[in-house]
Amino acid sequence: MRAFFEKIGYETLRFLESYGRLGIFLVRTLKSLFTSAFKLRPVLRQIHFIGVRSTFVILFTGLFTGMVLGLQGYYTLNKFGSEGFLGSAVALGLIRELGPVLTALMVIGRAGSAICAEIGIMRNSEQIDALECMAIDPYRYLISPKLLAGIFCLPLLTAIFDVIGILGGYLVGFGLFRINTGSYFQGMYLNVDWADIKMGLVKSLVFGLLLVWIAACKGFYLHLERTGGFGAEGVSRTTTDAVVLSSVSVLVWDYLISALMI
Amino acid sequence: MSTVNSQAQNNSPVVIELAGVKKRFGRQMVLRGVDLVVHEGRTLVIVGASGTGKSVIIKHMLGLINPSRGTVKVFGRDLQRLNRRELNEVRSSFGVLFQNAALFDSMNVYDNVALPLRERTRQSKEEIHGKVMGKLELMGLEKSVDKFPAQLSGGMRKRVGLARALVLDPKVVFFDEPTTGLDVHKSNELYRLFYRTQQQLGYTAVIVSHDVPKIFKLADEVALLADGQVQGCMPPEDFQMSEQPMIRAFVEETMGHLYLSDEEEADFYA
Amino acid sequence: MRKFNLEIMVGLFVVVGFFCFVWLSVRLGDINLFGSPTYQLTASFGSVSGLKNGSVVEIAGVKVGKVEKIRFDTVKYEAVVTLAIDSDVILREDSIASVRTAGIIGERYINVSPGGSDDELHDGDRIIETESAINIEELISKYVFESK
Repeated sequence: MRAFFEKIGYETLRFLESYGRLGIFLVRTLKSLFTSAFKLRPVLRQIHFIGVRSTFVILFTGLFTGMVLGLQGYYTLNKFGSEGFLGSAVALGLIRELGPVLTALMVIGRAGSAICAEIGIMRNSEQIDALECMAIDPYRYLISPKLLAGIFCLPLLTAIFDVIGILGGYLVGFGLFRINTGSYFQGMYLNVDWADIKMGLVKSLVFGLLLVWIAACKGFYLHLERTGGFGAEGVSRTTTDAVVLSSVSVLVWDYLISALMI
Repeated sequence: MSTVNSQAQNNSPVVIELAGVKKRFGRQMVLRGVDLVVHEGRTLVIVGASGTGKSVIIKHMLGLINPSRGTVKVFGRDLQRLNRRELNEVRSSFGVLFQNAALFDSMNVYDNVALPLRERTRQSKEEIHGKVMGKLELMGLEKSVDKFPAQLSGGMRKRVGLARALVLDPKVVFFDEPTTGLDVHKSNELYRLFYRTQQQLGYTAVIVSHDVPKIFKLADEVALLADGQVQGCMPPEDFQMSEQPMIRAFVEETMGHLYLSDEEEADFYA
Repeated sequence: MRKFNLEIMVGLFVVVGFFCFVWLSVRLGDINLFGSPTYQLTASFGSVSGLKNGSVVEIAGVKVGKVEKIRFDTVKYEAVVTLAIDSDVILREDSIASVRTAGIIGERYINVSPGGSDDELHDGDRIIETESAINIEELISKYVFESK
């Protein structure tokens, strides 16, 4: 009986501790952003890593997502005889939902895992301790360039994803079903509003923050994680954890933002 | 050298002072009340079986870990009471050589050593270049400036780490297991570098090591950590002769014999 | 060389990303980047079924503005539509606003037939003469009979 309560208490404390850590981590990172001089070059390097090197994956997934939307959309709309709405359907689906979410998931897979592993290994090999001992703030030096780059890159990647997806939908619509080019694009121009673009933008900004935040925090506090601990295995388990947690958070926040902004 | 320093023990000022430091990790009590004093310009060696918390003591001195109980004072300032800026002030007179050197993988040797200068000082490129190359030459690394840590041998990594630790001309240098993973030749070389740079720069040194008895040659004082407490802190000659049962047991277990022969000693400082 | 590449690649990425974003916002989001000014008119309809915010306002098939707001008048049980008309288009007092459909079941839009009165409509004025949305089934059957 005592063990039971002890277990509950232990789990509760662990839970609070890990979410508290996330919060403290974000606050410290943001504080370091505003309190110290800002260097451009590390941010550029992170934009290169998070943004530029994800572009190819984004182009690829965007194209195919658009194409499959075109295919499925045509099939469905055709049943109601409203193929003219194909452009709107593809564009709205991409801009409001699939663009931000799929982009975030791809970037989590490509860059989020790498960020977590990199910082985790730095923690593991005492590089973060070394930074602190050199009186260099690890939040400013390591984390904030990544966070800025994440928030900056995600909307751009999402925009690329949306545009290439819309083209993909058009390729299928025009190539396979000979739909009217004008009606595809005109319908889109008419039915997509700034509100839709804004929703996509807000989502991608939030996802950018979320994915770098979680990945970096998990790596940074690797030694305090229950599943972590030191060693290669700790890094790999924590990285998996970070990918799962950030993917789930992206989907949860996607729902919350949709519900708030609709 | 040791005898001279021993006589100076009483009048050289205190740099670091641990008083009643206790540290608990979860349910495990690692330190159970550590009292330890480091005097200026001297070399303190902390020995003990692995897993006894030697590195934890160093981390307390660096302010990386806060004690659960007790105080850590550096230059008379209680580390726990300092804010981030003040702590950084204290740390800027520290140099640390970590267990695996803790070099930054994404930077080459030159950038690793230059990092503290770039981040902590406002010196021109030329000044930084001069200082970095000076330290690298001291370590015999001037030919490896463009290499990345992954391309270096264990001994070279340690030397780069030492160069980085010394580049800001620190007052106190910490060594966490400096010779772990090095062969006899490499570790002798590292000890020579340590000896030479300390003579040159006159820094205070705190060394955690289990490279007994060789490390005794460098020590002014030796402290044994066992059972989460310091079992005695004394000059190495006294340490090896000590009647204190735990020290006695440690010395017998690790050394077997008591002193290096005279030839060995001559060879060592050659 | 590495530095050079980094900057080129980041620059290229940023330009492409911004281009995509601007295209989305300007073409799809109808953002008035170049701020073509508009003025507002209202018009009441018996039915605006299918009309939405952002629907097009046309004269002679050319877009001259869009629907800004649709409101329900609780007293007269009418739909009150606010139109944003491009400033360079001057409408007369006796213009007629009618809700039309593009194609069979296409997009609803508002067509304005220009009047001939001397009095101009200004910001905040009301178009008095309106025609409500036309019943869809009627339109389809008409279309079917005419074309076949």
